[in-house]
Amino acid sequence: MTGSVGAPAERREGREKVSGTARYAAEFHYPGRAQAWPVPAAVARGRVTGVDTAAALAVPGVLAVLTHENAPRLAEPDDPTLAVLQDPRVPHRGWFVALVVGETLEAARAGAAAVRVDYAAEEHDVTLTASHPGVYVPEDANGGYPAVREQGDPDGAFGSSAARVDVAYRVPPLHNHPMEPHTSTARWEDGRLIVHTSSQGTGAVQGVLAGLFGVPEDRVVVTAEHVGGGFGSKGTPRTDVVLAAMAARQTGRPVTVALPRRYLPAVVGHRAPTLHRLRLGADTDGRLTSLVHEVTTHTSRIKEFVEQAAVPARVMYASPHSRTEHRVAALDVPSPSWMRAPGEAPGMYALESAMDELATELGMDPVELRVRNEPDVEPDSGKPFSSRHLVECLREGARRFGWAGRDPRPGSRRDGPLLLGTGVAAATYPVMVWPATATARALPDGTFLVRVNATDIGTGARTVLAQVGADALDAPLERVRIEVGSTELPSAPLAGGSSGTASWGWAVHEACTRLARRLAEHTGPLPQQGLDVRADTRGSADAESDWARHAFGAHFAEVAVDSVTGEVRVGRLLGVYAAGRILNARTARSQFVGGMTMGLGMALTEGSTMDAAFGDFTESDLASYHVPVHADVDGIEAHWLDEDDPRLNPMGSKGIGEIGIVGTAAAIGNAVHHATGIRFRELPLTPDRVLTGLLDSRTANDARTGPAASGSGPMRGV
Amino acid sequence: MKEFAYVRAGSVEEATSAYAAHPGARYLGGGTNLVDLMKLGVERPAALVDVTRLPLDAVEELPDGGLRIGAMVRNSDLAAHPLVRDRYPALSQAVLAGASGQLRNAATTGGNLLQRTRCPYFQDLSKPCNKREPGSGCGARDGVHRDHAVLGHSAHCIATHPSDMAVALAALDGRVELYGPEGARSVAAADFHRLPGDRPEQDTEIRPGELVTGVVLPGSTAGLPSAYRKARDRASYAFALASVAAVLRVSDGVVGGVGLAFGALAHRPWRARRAEEALLGAAPTAAAFEHAVDLELSAARPLRDNAYKVPLARGIALDVLSRLADAALTRRTS
Repeated sequence: MTGSVGAPAERREGREKVSGTARYAAEFHYPGRAQAWPVPAAVARGRVTGVDTAAALAVPGVLAVLTHENAPRLAEPDDPTLAVLQDPRVPHRGWFVALVVGETLEAARAGAAAVRVDYAAEEHDVTLTASHPGVYVPEDANGGYPAVREQGDPDGAFGSSAARVDVAYRVPPLHNHPMEPHTSTARWEDGRLIVHTSSQGTGAVQGVLAGLFGVPEDRVVVTAEHVGGGFGSKGTPRTDVVLAAMAARQTGRPVTVALPRRYLPAVVGHRAPTLHRLRLGADTDGRLTSLVHEVTTHTSRIKEFVEQAAVPARVMYASPHSRTEHRVAALDVPSPSWMRAPGEAPGMYALESAMDELATELGMDPVELRVRNEPDVEPDSGKPFSSRHLVECLREGARRFGWAGRDPRPGSRRDGPLLLGTGVAAATYPVMVWPATATARALPDGTFLVRVNATDIGTGARTVLAQVGADALDAPLERVRIEVGSTELPSAPLAGGSSGTASWGWAVHEACTRLARRLAEHTGPLPQQGLDVRADTRGSADAESDWARHAFGAHFAEVAVDSVTGEVRVGRLLGVYAAGRILNARTARSQFVGGMTMGLGMALTEGSTMDAAFGDFTESDLASYHVPVHADVDGIEAHWLDEDDPRLNPMGSKGIGEIGIVGTAAAIGNAVHHATGIRFRELPLTPDRVLTGLLDSRTANDARTGPAASGSGPMRGV
Repeated sequence: MKEFAYVRAGSVEEATSAYAAHPGARYLGGGTNLVDLMKLGVERPAALVDVTRLPLDAVEELPDGGLRIGAMVRNSDLAAHPLVRDRYPALSQAVLAGASGQLRNAATTGGNLLQRTRCPYFQDLSKPCNKREPGSGCGARDGVHRDHAVLGHSAHCIATHPSDMAVALAALDGRVELYGPEGARSVAAADFHRLPGDRPEQDTEIRPGELVTGVVLPGSTAGLPSAYRKARDRASYAFALASVAAVLRVSDGVVGGVGLAFGALAHRPWRARRAEEALLGAAPTAAAFEHAVDLELSAARPLRDNAYKVPLARGIALDVLSRLADAALTRRTS
């Protein structure tokens, strides 16, 4: 071992990125390359009855207008959202009904504005309620999890519990909004389709395009060398790549489709809103007797995607009686999809908020309540955990945060108009891993070349994989070159489900380990072309495990709530993780901090409003959809435990890309309760909600004690 | 984007004649709002008259102790100017509370005043908006309007004006200087923006072809305690949910002069004249401030989802006024 793994190696592509030379999907300037701009549907449900393209075609520089009447026919996709321009149906507002191809972006945009679309609009319904008549229990939630799991008699046990919490939470729709919008450049060359796309996995793009256009997979080449984030929304192909390939076929030109930011909420997936009902029953010692988590969410008319928000409740705490249930209503809304920690992020917000409420109910420290309910085995499956260090994360976090001596009474600390509070929440994320292939080559000059179709979406994947390879080869890191991001490389799965590094790394590790063995046996100089070894982890990476494998973490937050404005600012956010072996201290920290920042947004600033009249999301740009800024948090700390788990993969790693978001929102929400004494159960905690809550609470206090006790007006006596 | 002519003006006269020569022209300052709206198709100018090279980029001292701020002074430079910070802290604070560092580096004083509402219905051509397309209706009134007006709105429009800077100018008795085909004139900053009434397409009192050439701050409010406070969804780069600018003069233990203006509550910076009248001559006490602010906000007519703005504006106004009163009293005794 050369000790590359674990070191804070710098991103290999860092210089290219900060100097602007890293090429993204829109930056392949082929001669004759055209640009395309889509036309979104302006009704929430109905049919296109006519498309008048004359004015658009008259715009100088416009090359073509694709509509459902003239666009290339596609084979039916598995993902119905990719069947663009195939029929006149409008399943939701913002669905693309035409694509204008122009010599320039400006021409395409002007052309798109000139396309006239007539619709036969139908009544639409986009409003989710827990009692919506269309709500049903699906077979599976996303990820293939059974929609319902039940153990014992949860209702009966809840009814006879000494302490009970029966509460409802709401998480609004959320948007992935990666920095680089979904973009593809496509060209056809001698019957081959060559695509540069912004994707979390080119393998899936290749397969889908081959199927849609009826060409063999080996005649489709897809690259994604640099990707400006995805957060789940680029896990599978989106319409940009299908439209680019269609337009390139139609016009015979290379075509770039870069989706405008404002169109993303409708067409790239979103985190569906979730309505949660939690019932926690416990004995007087705080041991759970019943745990019921019911989730209602929405999906679109064309695709069933059920946010698996009740699934983490099957992993977290021991309870003899439990039920977890998902329910969904198909509405005239855009299709939801994966967004960072699908299921865990909203589900753990609700569960960890309810645990905090139970701690309050019991008069017990919320850290201790969690420790007390630590299970011996995974509650749902009965499998032993390969490793589980949640308690250690809680204890270490409490120590670093200074939790000891906390006055548990809500509203007990203030600094002038600021109400101060602290909160804690646990986090979990499953370990996922998929088979992959990789090659490793030793060259006569003493360097190595590792090739694997991994995708580096900004996480540092290529850097970490080189570290894994270097250690397996017992070679210095700088001698190991790595190639990722193309279907021309050995096939490998997507960057998603926090599985990328484990999946790709396993194959890289195996290829490099075997190459090292061959080199040890090799005598004499290497051949000019080098020595090549190929690894395929099928059969090992996808072998059924007897172990329940999950990462765990603990989040602590300190907040200040301005009693005048209802503004919540986070003074400190601290996370401690047990996620197996950390392979690169620098990029891992970025992942944890990035996840926590996204959780901060989920808690305080990010929210999307479905406009009932028009059927679309109101916040469609980064000026109105508020991702957090630096000024929103004074300090973020990410720490991790050294966790040694031999039952994962050869590197001993668990995924780290998502767990950072998981418990953050609950920790902040619990801190806001501690600060104010008010339990807010709907995110985000924006000033309008918080101030209204503070005022209502003051009014209620005034009614109890008389206004004299709390000042002359509603703004007094916080 | 629709094709447009581009003219770079070297003088104010050149700018106004270029504007007159190109029907459908717009003046281009920093472009931080206009260019966005052109991309969205909300603005479709036939010509842009670039006024960023006009010699209007200075902050000058005036004989009465006031300042003249050229219309092309960038927001960052305005906020950082020592004389502005010293004499009109509310203005510096307001400008710094707006947008982001990058936008403030580009945005101009004149352009800041003339920016359009960020109402999402105004920005979306597929939806009705009386401001963008008179007579088409208002999507926000029964739609998503948490951020919209509670004061002075009409059946036709409930939009708010997004500027922070303009709120401070209104409170500080600033004047907007204009030059147009009929010559130069000036308008009180507090009266420069309009209420929507039945002509929401008209944001301001500016006349066709007129160019904002500068803003004048009077000596009467120079050096007085003044402050700006803004409440918002995130700590930077977010428009106000409510904001307040105030300047206060206390003499002989009573309020000798006061300027109070609210932002994000109305189609224009809302100069709180009723509150000011109630305060003049009164002792600067918490009770007097509460009475005055409540009087002003009694005119509020919140919509379904924005009633929170009234107590929010009340709270920050009382906070700012009481801080200014403390500062005024400290100043007198020191």
